[in-house]
Amino acid sequence: MEETNSKTPLLAVEHLKKYFEIRQGFSKKLFVHAVDDVSFSIQKGETLGLVGESGCGKTTLGRTILRLTEPTDGKILYNGTCINDVDMRPYRQKMQIVFQDPYASLDPRLTVSAIIGEALDINGKAGSKQERQEKILHLMKLVGLSENFYNRYPHEFSGGQRQRIGIARALAVDPEFLVCDEPVSALDVSIQAQVINMLEELQKSRHLTYLFIAHDLSVVRHISDRVAVLYLGHLVELAPCDALYRNPIHPYTDMLLSAVPIPDPDESEKRKRKILQGEIPSPINPPSGCPFRTRCPYADDECAASFPELTDRGGGHFAACHKR
Amino acid sequence: MKLHIILKRIGFALLSLFVIITITFFLMNIIPGDPFMSDRATAETRAQLMAKYGLDQPVYVQYFRYLINLLHGDMGQSYVLQKGRDITTIVVDSFKVSMSLGIRALILAIVIGVPLGCIAGLFQNRAGDSAIRVFSAIGISVPGYVIAAILMLIFAVNLKVLPVSYGKPGGEVMPIIVLAIGPTCYLIRLTRASILEVLGQDFLETERAKGMSENRVIFVHALKNSLIPIITYIGPLTASILTGGFVAESVFNVPGLGRYFVQAVSARDYTLIMGTTIFYAAMIILMNLVCDILYTIVDPRMEVD
Repeated sequence: MEETNSKTPLLAVEHLKKYFEIRQGFSKKLFVHAVDDVSFSIQKGETLGLVGESGCGKTTLGRTILRLTEPTDGKILYNGTCINDVDMRPYRQKMQIVFQDPYASLDPRLTVSAIIGEALDINGKAGSKQERQEKILHLMKLVGLSENFYNRYPHEFSGGQRQRIGIARALAVDPEFLVCDEPVSALDVSIQAQVINMLEELQKSRHLTYLFIAHDLSVVRHISDRVAVLYLGHLVELAPCDALYRNPIHPYTDMLLSAVPIPDPDESEKRKRKILQGEIPSPINPPSGCPFRTRCPYADDECAASFPELTDRGGGHFAACHKR
Repeated sequence: MKLHIILKRIGFALLSLFVIITITFFLMNIIPGDPFMSDRATAETRAQLMAKYGLDQPVYVQYFRYLINLLHGDMGQSYVLQKGRDITTIVVDSFKVSMSLGIRALILAIVIGVPLGCIAGLFQNRAGDSAIRVFSAIGISVPGYVIAAILMLIFAVNLKVLPVSYGKPGGEVMPIIVLAIGPTCYLIRLTRASILEVLGQDFLETERAKGMSENRVIFVHALKNSLIPIITYIGPLTASILTGGFVAESVFNVPGLGRYFVQAVSARDYTLIMGTTIFYAAMIILMNLVCDILYTIVDPRMEVD
C-alpha cells in the first residue's frame, strides 16, 4: 500500500505474516494462516479501527505488532525504525496493549498497586518509594479508580473496574501507541460506553495513538478515524471511517455493516439485510484466490484463480475485490 | 486468617475426630474374633482375660468407657502386640521412627518432584518431558511392594550394598525410596499440569507486555501461581508420609506407626487400632488445616468463611 502522506507514520506494518505451526499425526506439519500479508500504517494521534469476525486474526495481528508473538514474515516499523529484530524492552515503554479479557489478564496474586507498580519498576520509572506510590495513585485516579482500592486484589473488582486497572497498567509507562484488543467486548453495554469515553478522553489528554480492535462495528465507528477490515488474515478493505460506513466496497464489509442493528424500527424494516452465508473457511487451508469467494455472492472463476490485491479506490479508500 | 475462623475450624476438626473414633470403634467390634482368640488359652482363661479388660461388657458400654478414658488422656494398654505397654508410648515411639523416615522421603519427593514437573511443563512435548512423563507414569502405577521387592533384589541380593531390613546401617535407604517414589511421581504430574495451565493464562502476556524478561515471567509469575494447587496435595501427603507407609514399613520391617497400624488390625489389638487411627486422623486433619491457612496466604482469591 502506498502512503501518499509524506509524514513518517507512528506505526506501519509491511506484508506482515503470522503462521502458527500445528502438527497433525506424527509428521505432517500444517500452518494456520492467522495473519497473511497485511500492510497498513497509523499516523500519530490517529485511531485505526480493526474489525472482523471471530478467528479472523485481529488479536494475533495486535499481538504480533507488539511482538508478543514473533512475526513469521514482514516488517513492523515504529516511527520509521524496523523493530522486528530489536530488543523490545525500550519499545514496551512506547507501545502498550489493553487486553480483551479483564478477568484473565490480571495476575490474581498481585494487588492493584503491584500490577501498576510493576510496570513502573520494570521500566525504571518508579523513582523513590513515595514517588512510586504517587504515580500509582495518579494512574488510578486517571482511570477513575478510588485510591481505597490500592491494596485490593483483582478478584474483588467488577469487569469494568478490572479493565480500568488494565488500562492504568498500560498507561503506567506513558506510552505513545496503544493496541486496544477488544477492550470492551467482555463488559456490560452500560460499562462499555464509560470505558470507550474514557479511552477517548485519555487519547486527547495524552496524545495517544490507537489500534482499536473490535468486532462491534458501532463501537469502531464511534472511536475510529479510519477502519481496516480483516478477513481470514487478509486486509480486505481500509478506508476513512465515514467513507467505509457510507460506501463499503468489499462485499464482506457490506455484509458486516448490514448486520449492524439500526435503532429506528421503521428504518430497520426498510433495510434489506445481506446475510453472510456459511462459516468462515479454515485458516489452515484457505481458499485459492480471493479468501472471501466461498461466501461471496459475486464470486466467479476469476476470484478462484487470482488473489485480489488491495487497490486504491480514491480518497484513501482501499479495497481488495475483483468484482467491485 | 482471622482467629475466630481458625477456632471454628478447630471445632470442626474435633467433631470430625469424634465421628472417626465412633465409626472406627464400632467397625472394629464388628470384625469377627477378639484379641485373645489366637492364644493357646483355655476357654476359662480367655473369659478371664476378656473380663479383665472389660471386653465382656456390651459394646456401647465399652465405647463410653473408652471415650471417658480418652478424655482423661488415657488410651489404654496394648492387649496383644506389646502386651501391657501404654498405647501413647507405643504411638509416640513408633511415630518417631516413621517421622524420621517420612521427613526425608517428603523432602526427597518435593525436591525431585516439583523441579522435574516444572521442567516437563516448560518443555512440553520435548524429549525431556516425554522421559519424565514415562518415568512418573511407571512410578505411580507400579505398587509399592513391587518396587520394594525389585529394590531388595537389586541392592540387597545382587549388589549386596544395602541391608534387606531396617535397623542395620543403610537400612533406611530403601524404605525412604519406596516411601518417596509414589508422591514424587504424583508431584511431577501435578506440577506439570499446573504449570501448563498457568502458562496458558493471559496475565502472563500482560507481564510480557509490561516489558518483563521472559525468565522473570516464567520463574516469578508462572511458577508462583502454579504452586498453589501443589500445596493442597502436600498437606495430606505430609500427614500420610510422616505417619509411615503401611507397605514400606511392613516389607522392610520398620517398627513404625504404619506397620503397627496394619499389625494391630490383624491381631485385633483393639486399643492399638484405636490409638493409631486417632493419631493418623488427627495428623490428616491438622495438615489440612495448615494447608487451608497457607492457601489463603498464597492465593488471595481464596475467601475464608
